[in-house]
Amino acid sequence: MKIAVLVKQVIGSESALAISDNGNWVKEENASFVMNPPDNYAIEEALLIKEKIGEGEVVIISQGPARVQKVIREGLAKGADRGIHIEEQGQLETDPLSIANSLAAAIKDENFDLVLSGLQSDDTGMGQIGILVGELLKMSTATLAIETDIHSDKIRVKRELESGWFQWVSLNLPSSISIQSGINQPRYPSLKGIMGAKKKEVTVFQSQNMDKKQNVENVFVPKTSKETELIEADLNTTVDRIVEILKSEVKVF
Amino acid sequence: MNSLVVIEDNRGKVHRMSKEAIVGAQKLGGDVFALVIGKNASSLSSDLSSLQLAQILVVEDDLVSTYNADGYSEVVSQIVKLMNINIIIAGHTYQTRDYMPRVSAKLDIPFIPDIIGIDQDLYIKQVLNAKLNSSISCSTSSRILSFQSACFSEDDIITGTAEIKNIEVNLDSSLVRSTSEEPFQDSTSEVDLESSELIVSVGRGIEKEENIPIAFDLAKVLNAEVSASRPVVDAGWMPSSRQVGSSGSTVAPKLYFSLGVSGAIQHVVGMKGSKTILAINKDRDAPIFEIADYAVIGDVLEIIPKLTEVLSE
Repeated sequence: MKIAVLVKQVIGSESALAISDNGNWVKEENASFVMNPPDNYAIEEALLIKEKIGEGEVVIISQGPARVQKVIREGLAKGADRGIHIEEQGQLETDPLSIANSLAAAIKDENFDLVLSGLQSDDTGMGQIGILVGELLKMSTATLAIETDIHSDKIRVKRELESGWFQWVSLNLPSSISIQSGINQPRYPSLKGIMGAKKKEVTVFQSQNMDKKQNVENVFVPKTSKETELIEADLNTTVDRIVEILKSEVKVF
Repeated sequence: MNSLVVIEDNRGKVHRMSKEAIVGAQKLGGDVFALVIGKNASSLSSDLSSLQLAQILVVEDDLVSTYNADGYSEVVSQIVKLMNINIIIAGHTYQTRDYMPRVSAKLDIPFIPDIIGIDQDLYIKQVLNAKLNSSISCSTSSRILSFQSACFSEDDIITGTAEIKNIEVNLDSSLVRSTSEEPFQDSTSEVDLESSELIVSVGRGIEKEENIPIAFDLAKVLNAEVSASRPVVDAGWMPSSRQVGSSGSTVAPKLYFSLGVSGAIQHVVGMKGSKTILAINKDRDAPIFEIADYAVIGDVLEIIPKLTEVLSE
């Protein structure tokens, strides 16, 4: 079984964010980069599926500038077999259809049985690349898998719906599935894994210049429009004020 | 301009966020079509017939009697071509996230998701864990938009009359490559957060499972329902049916009273449409305070038992 995992390198949540001079993203030199946290679960699920079947190949795929090779190597250190890097030059691509077309073109001849991705990226949060790639490569698709059950020509996934509801769906392979965070316990790379990763193959493609259909024009700090009353007092005063709010302002009684 | 709002079947009822999406479509102007799909289509369309819509389009094909991504994405794509639709609109629900990217790829038109506002020709979307907002432009006249909960208020919906029209689509059984089993709830408790007017919500600030009754005692006095944030559910202290947020319920009660909820973006998207937000947290920098009407800095474990006692008198 050939399994692709689509991963993204994003700005770590602890990074200080300074808006770039042209105003359309943040300054990269101030940022630290990490594996997009939800993608760790997709990598782990791919490795678990390969281990369960006892054969196959896990390929880590990422699009972005040269720096994204770090997250590809991280996946290889955890046990994936090889990597594909679709290298971007210049402006960071934010249009999901462009990215998906570029990814689909690079991997279509690989004939993957399964494409896994994290549920969304922590930076742009478009949440659609895995499903776009699935449609472009004529695969079946599902999102927010919280459990998987692999068979030779099918995969059964437990999908998380809203309001505490779930649903099992059986999908014919090939299939592209986004993984809900929390589905498993992502492993850490071992020292042996880290050493071994250096020898594993990473193929580099140049990203194609696609027609951009949507574009981030600028980013800005959200304005809070709400007037908030701050209540910070001793216990009795605080409780009295809350009672007053409930009775005369929100009128819950 | 023609827009198409794809209506979500929320177990026989029109999903609240589909109604908000109709408000968004009405504000954008032009002819607004609504699309209802599946076995509940007739009851859903009668729920919509008193709204100002150009037409309610009904698709009842057996292959889409219940939701599946293959069928839904094909139906929506066919309707868009048939009715010369420019803008496809939906609430940013889990179901939208499941099939709408497929429509985007089939029609080669962009899907701008999770929109929180519109500024002339630009769509506002949160980025970097909601620490910043972005303005997104679109270079094609055809596009797909999904709106975050509470981007528009259902109260602003324009009523009128709408004609119901059955549409035949051309679906082949080889199209559907998945089999869906019946949806189920992991817990048996019946909780209806989405129609609750008063909600007491529990976050990590409750500290341990033994303290959960403090929230239920307060809720009883207020005649409120109890919800929780994801960490509390993940810890097993509350069933997932009580979870509010992007992976749980989306609520908009008269009062959302949060106890030790920090206010991570995944939680906030599920409750920011609440009329009044009263939040208690020890941490004065808790993000929940940014959207709260009343920010109480203090320990829920001290304040709530005392408050419940006073309210009981």
